[in-house]
Amino acid sequence: MEKGTWTVKKGLAEMLKGGVIMDVTSPEEARIAEEAGAVAVMALERVPADIRAAGGVARMADPALILRIMDAVTIPVMAKVRIGHFVEAQILEQIGVDYIDESEVLTPADEQHHIDKHQFKVPFVCGARNLGEALRRIAEGAAMIRTKGEPGTGNVVEAVRHMRLMMAEIRRLQSMRRDELMAAAKEMGAPYELVVQVAELGRLPVVNFAAGGIATPADAALMMQLGADGIFVGSGIFKSENPRAYARAIVAATTYYNDPAVLAEVSKELGRAMPGLEIATIAREQRMQERGW
Amino acid sequence: MVVGVLALQGAFREHQQVLEAMGVKTRQVRKPEELEGISALIIPGGESTAIGKLLVDYGLMEPIREMAAGGLPIFGTCAGLILLAKEITGSPQPRLGLMDIRAERNAFGRQVESFEVDLEVPALGEKPLRAVFIRAPYISAVGPGVEVLASLGDGKIVMARQGRYLACAFHPELTEDRRVHRYFLEHCS
Repeated sequence: MEKGTWTVKKGLAEMLKGGVIMDVTSPEEARIAEEAGAVAVMALERVPADIRAAGGVARMADPALILRIMDAVTIPVMAKVRIGHFVEAQILEQIGVDYIDESEVLTPADEQHHIDKHQFKVPFVCGARNLGEALRRIAEGAAMIRTKGEPGTGNVVEAVRHMRLMMAEIRRLQSMRRDELMAAAKEMGAPYELVVQVAELGRLPVVNFAAGGIATPADAALMMQLGADGIFVGSGIFKSENPRAYARAIVAATTYYNDPAVLAEVSKELGRAMPGLEIATIAREQRMQERGW
Repeated sequence: MVVGVLALQGAFREHQQVLEAMGVKTRQVRKPEELEGISALIIPGGESTAIGKLLVDYGLMEPIREMAAGGLPIFGTCAGLILLAKEITGSPQPRLGLMDIRAERNAFGRQVESFEVDLEVPALGEKPLRAVFIRAPYISAVGPGVEVLASLGDGKIVMARQGRYLACAFHPELTEDRRVHRYFLEHCS
């Protein structure tokens, strides 16, 4: 019997496909998410919109809070560590978190190195803005990728940019001759073997979710139609006027992303979505997506 | 022959890839009308609570039960096993409840306890099957009409058949070995 293999790490992400992973900050919110049909929850002390507003250094959540959330639901529980902070990751693995997000939403602990994720039994998800970044994270051991988008903004534009770019880069690799792939690998700063694999598969070798700014059922369906395997919703649920309704509607929109009749139905009378932020109003050094490389 | 793959959430693409590699046509099922004309149904791995909720909300529960009563073969993996079970320990969650089995959810622990193992499945021949268990359930009790096809060393039942229904706690769609899918198509259909 072997535990923590690549197949079981990557496999859990496969089981989450077509589903919605919701940020929660308490056991009560976790239960609301589970009842609405979330496939997993991300346990946090504050959602990204509040982290952005609060400023200062954002760190891993209190393990006691994460444990209370783990006790409250039967679905997988994820939690975030700072980029490069492998000790926070050791702590989360110790308490039995199901997935670790090495996340730009928290303040980076290392500006040069991400965590060597192969050293862990628990699987990791990492953010990426383009294919090169995604493949670097996979080479470090990430078993799942998500777009970075721009967290806590309720503005889907950056997630769209990142997903479109990744998909375009994958299509470009597919159209190349084999002897052109080494130059492509050099150009995007990605390991050659992974570049070859992507060219052959026509997709990432791991599951690829959309994250960062998704606030409505239509946003979720947009990302799915652009090729996402599933959806992370951060502030979009519990910063909306009616979290239960938003949670249910975004779950339905992620399954029925190609069905405008269902999308129209679930988009009705949801109340106010979370307030959004125009990306241009956020100074470049304040953009979370610029963290990591 | 078209095999329906329930596509509400989870690893439905992998099941389709296995079947299509075997030369079997597949169809994703998200709505009741997509059940029409299928000759078997697969319920993939995923989160059983999320899939169960969508089965209810989008009106699939009753049509699937009716087709099952009319003889539709159904194969459930992992979450699919839970949805096929009549009894789920400690959970009132929605289910199809077609098999006389009792399912224990997340029965091996959290993700760090997920594992792969070489599993003896006598019905599939002598060569053991590489079985991948991810936050997997197992079957803790079976009714009289249920045939146990595989158990782990400690006696936990991980694969069982009841007439046209087949359930396994692991993920044959994540490995190259196609014997479980072939067994379903040959013996349950």
